[in-house]
This record gives sequence, C-alpha cells and structure tokens, in this order.
Amino acid sequence: MSVPVVLPTVQSSRVGKAGFTLGIVIVAVIAAAALAGNSLVPQDPFVQDLGQRLVPPFWMDGGRPEHLLGTDQLGRDYLARLVYGARISLLTGTTTVIMSGLIGITLGVLGGFFGGRVDDVVLFVITTRLSIPVVLVALAVVGLMGSGLGLVVATLGLLLWDRFAVVARATTMQIRSLDYVNAARCAGASTPHLLIREILPNIASHLAVVATLEMALAILLEAALSFLGLGVPPPLPSWGLMIAEGKDYMFFSPWVIMIPCGALAILVLGINLVGDGLRNLLGTERLR
Amino acid sequence: MLRLIFRRLVVGLLVALTVMTLAFLLTRLSGDLAISIAGPQATQADVEIVRKAYGLDRPHYVQFFAWVGRALIGDLGQSYFFKDSVANLIARRMPITLTLGMVGLSLALIVSIPLGILAAVRENTCVDRAVTMFTMVGQAVPSFWLALILMITLGLQLGILPISGTGTWQHFVMPGVVLAFTAIPALTRLTRSGMIEAMASDYIRTARAKGLSRARIIFKHALRNAAVPVVSIAAVQLGFMLGGSIVIETVFALHGVGYLGWESIAKNDFPVVQAVVLVLAAIYIALTLLADILNVLLDPRLRAG
Repeated sequence: MSVPVVLPTVQSSRVGKAGFTLGIVIVAVIAAAALAGNSLVPQDPFVQDLGQRLVPPFWMDGGRPEHLLGTDQLGRDYLARLVYGARISLLTGTTTVIMSGLIGITLGVLGGFFGGRVDDVVLFVITTRLSIPVVLVALAVVGLMGSGLGLVVATLGLLLWDRFAVVARATTMQIRSLDYVNAARCAGASTPHLLIREILPNIASHLAVVATLEMALAILLEAALSFLGLGVPPPLPSWGLMIAEGKDYMFFSPWVIMIPCGALAILVLGINLVGDGLRNLLGTERLR
Repeated sequence: MLRLIFRRLVVGLLVALTVMTLAFLLTRLSGDLAISIAGPQATQADVEIVRKAYGLDRPHYVQFFAWVGRALIGDLGQSYFFKDSVANLIARRMPITLTLGMVGLSLALIVSIPLGILAAVRENTCVDRAVTMFTMVGQAVPSFWLALILMITLGLQLGILPISGTGTWQHFVMPGVVLAFTAIPALTRLTRSGMIEAMASDYIRTARAKGLSRARIIFKHALRNAAVPVVSIAAVQLGFMLGGSIVIETVFALHGVGYLGWESIAKNDFPVVQAVVLVLAAIYIALTLLADILNVLLDPRLRAG
C-alpha cells in the first residue's frame, strides 16, 4: 500500500535562511520563557482571585499593570499560565519525539536495511498504524485510563512514529548498497555497527526534519486533546485547556481564547520554520 | 493488475483484523468494564448482573472472537448507553460525517490544486513564496482556533451562519471550511512539488518543442503526472479528515461519527468506541485501496509493477 509523506518544499536560500532564523528565534524565546518561568513572571499560575476575574490584557480598557495579559475566569494570572503552558507544550513535544523517534527509526531502518520479509512486516505495521484514527484512539486511551500529562505523552509517542518509520525506511533503502556501506561490510563490520555507525549518521539529517514536523504535530494534538477535555487535567495550564476553559467567555472577551491560540500557532509556526530551514541547510531536498 | 489489487485486498483485510485486535485491547485497558458501566453507586451484586448481561464474565479470548465473528456479518454489538445497536447508531451518524468529509475535501481540492499549480509555474517568485508562507501559517493554526474564530465573526458578529447543529446545508459551511483548511497545506505543497518535477521532465520539453500552448502543456501534460501523488494523498487526507473531524464535530456540535466516538468515550460505552475505531480504520483502508487503483488507471507505468 502506498505510504505518502508530505514534507515542506524548498525555498530559495535567502528567504529560506530568513525563515530559519525567525523559527530559531521564536522557539528560543518560547523555550527561554518556559525555562525561566517564575523568575520571569512573579505571579503564581494556580492562585485564584475571584475578585479579579477576566481582567483584560494591558492594551485594553480596564487592564491592570499587575496582570499584563489579564486574568482568566477564576482570576488566575494569564501570563503566568501562558508561560507554564509553554513548559507543558515543549515537554510534550520533545518527549513525544524521543519516544516516537525510537520506535519509528528502529522499524524503518530495520525494514529498509534488510528488505524482504522483514520489510514486509515493517510495511504492514506502518500501514496498520496509518489506518488507526489517531485523535480518536488517543482520546479513548486517555478517556478510559484516566487523564494525566504522562499518559497523554506516552499515547502520542506510541502513535506518532509513522513518518519517522516511512522516512527512515526510504532513506535507508537508498543508501544501504552505497560504496561506503559495502566497504564497511567488507572490512568485517558487524550488522549493528553497520546500522548504527554507517546508516544512522547518514540518514540523520532527514530524520531531524521529520522530528520537527512530529514535534509540531504532537504539540497541536496535545492541545486538541486538552481542548476536548481528555488531555492534560485541570488545573494544569495546558494551552489547549486554557482555550477550552475560555470558550464559554469567548463571545464577550475574545482575547481569552486568542492569547493561548496565538501562542500555540506561533510556537508551531516557529518549529515548522526550523524544520524547513534544516531541510534547506542539510540539503535533504526531496524526501518521499 | 488484478493480482496487484487482490494482494492489496488481502493486506487490507489483515490490517483490518489487526485494528480489530487493537480496538478490542484498547477498550479493555481501563480495567474492569463491568464496574465502570455499573457506575460508582453500584453494589457488588449490580456489578455481577452487568457483567453477565454484557457477556463480560466470559474469558477475554471468547469475547474477542465473538466480537470479530459478529462484526464480520455486520453486527457490531449493542450500545448500553444509547440502547440501540451500534451498527444502527453508526449508520445514522455516518451521512453527517461523510457530508462533512466530502465538503471539506472538495473545498480543499478547489483551493489547493490551483494554488499549487500557480506556485509551481511561478517558481521562486513572490507568488510562490506567498503560497509557501500561506501553507506554513496554515499548518500552524489549530483547527479548533479557526473554528472558534469563524463562530465569533461569521456566526455571532455578522450572524450569517448558524453556530452549531445539523439542520440545513448552512450548518456544514463553517465546519467544511475548517476541515478543508486542515488538508490545504499538504495538498498545495504536494501539487506544487509534483508540478515542478513534471515541468522539468523530458516530455514537457517535447511538448514545448511541438509548439503546444502553455495552458495545454500545464493542464494536459504536466497536471496529469503531478496528479498521481495528489490523488493518493487526497484519499489519505479524506481518511484522516473523517477520523480527525472529531474535533470539528465536537466544536460545532455536528452529531456525526466523530462526535459519537467522543460521547461514547466520555460515557465509557465500549462497544461503540471499538466499533467507531474499526469503522474509521476500514474506511481509511478502503480509501487507500481505491487510491492505488486510481493511480494505476492514471499512470500506465504503474500497471507493470
């Protein structure tokens, strides 16, 4: 069965580099804010103040200097929650990518390197995974087993390895009989050595691009699950959960959903720009 | 060619069987289903009654084979919450999800194929960059955000479209646009790269040398070749859309299959959950099979393989 992969297209180098730099800056700023956390924003993201509910952000009428981005429906500081939510998003993204990378790359490299029966099995596993509706299954796992950040991350990690496997398999196939691999084999290298020292480093650039795509997807999916109420449990300030909680107030104070949604979109855009830039820099132009 | 299709069919069936196993295991993850169905106030005796009534007292493998056996003849079991057969429930909700999926896919194709062609024939110009930027931003915007924005602006402030429900065709406009938006970036990029590749090929040079018009070259010769990957990804996207429309169906309260899945997860209605997973997977498998056949028809070179 065909297993198509869509990856970002190549841009001309100057524009590509500008995008790459922009992406790095966005991700770095958000990561720095997430790491700095409380030293940057003195307010506690969990402390409620029912006397100060839904204070608008500073640029609107009624904004207050002590709550730069306003407060939510329970009077919790929105900026503090936003910064804490960045932690959750980045943590979800990186952990998911590590897990799914391990699964997908192992499968893909084995299938691509050995071919034959092994590859048939790998292709079957990939096809099966692709036919499973991700959002529904992730929702079901979290819904049936009880919500929690660890469970969400584990579920996404176990589900989002398909692109890793597809790309690792295709690229390994392309290089498995190149001269340097054959030379290493003739020099008496063991199969594990061939896979880890010869194949992996040479497909790493392709996998790095996939990693950025999967990270963006994982962050979006975590937000979607939390938005549907079956992801990160309250009172943890996941961006998706902030959007879900703000939904009831969005008709009167749209900024309640615009702020976390904007943050989410900017982070994902940043990660995608980094991925796009990596592709240009590493010369992994056509990946299919 | 028939052998090829037959082989795909066998693989598809095996995949479906594996998904059934996974769906079954998935619903057993939560521990004792009888306790969760009976509810927190139930006594031990109630739990035993529930366990008997739903056949949960049988060994797991008996339950599994009973489910698979009945599913093969179209009986997906009984929903204990909706008090109806699961097959009926899904059949009643499916038209809504399919309508949404078709609206979404059609809109996505209407937007992304011209955009992709435009970007490809104007490669490396401002037009191309604008299209690429549009796809980048499009990928970053979460679908539920777009849904909420549309609800606030078109639904509430301008009041031209209904916010939720399924009564008329207008109810499908906003969800359809949002769903289309999730597929547009991928389809646009694929059309663009396929067209660029096709435009650089020998047969296009020949067509140019023959003095064919630019429009004829683009639409008759290049697009047909660029369409191969677009067709397969469009089918895959439709599969993802039907499975992924769960978020959009929930936001707009469209009572389709995705919404049914969400409801039954929240209600611990395990027969419905496993059936919805199975049905969505089966649709995906059928769509990829269809895409493979379409590709063979579009590209005679694939017939040999």
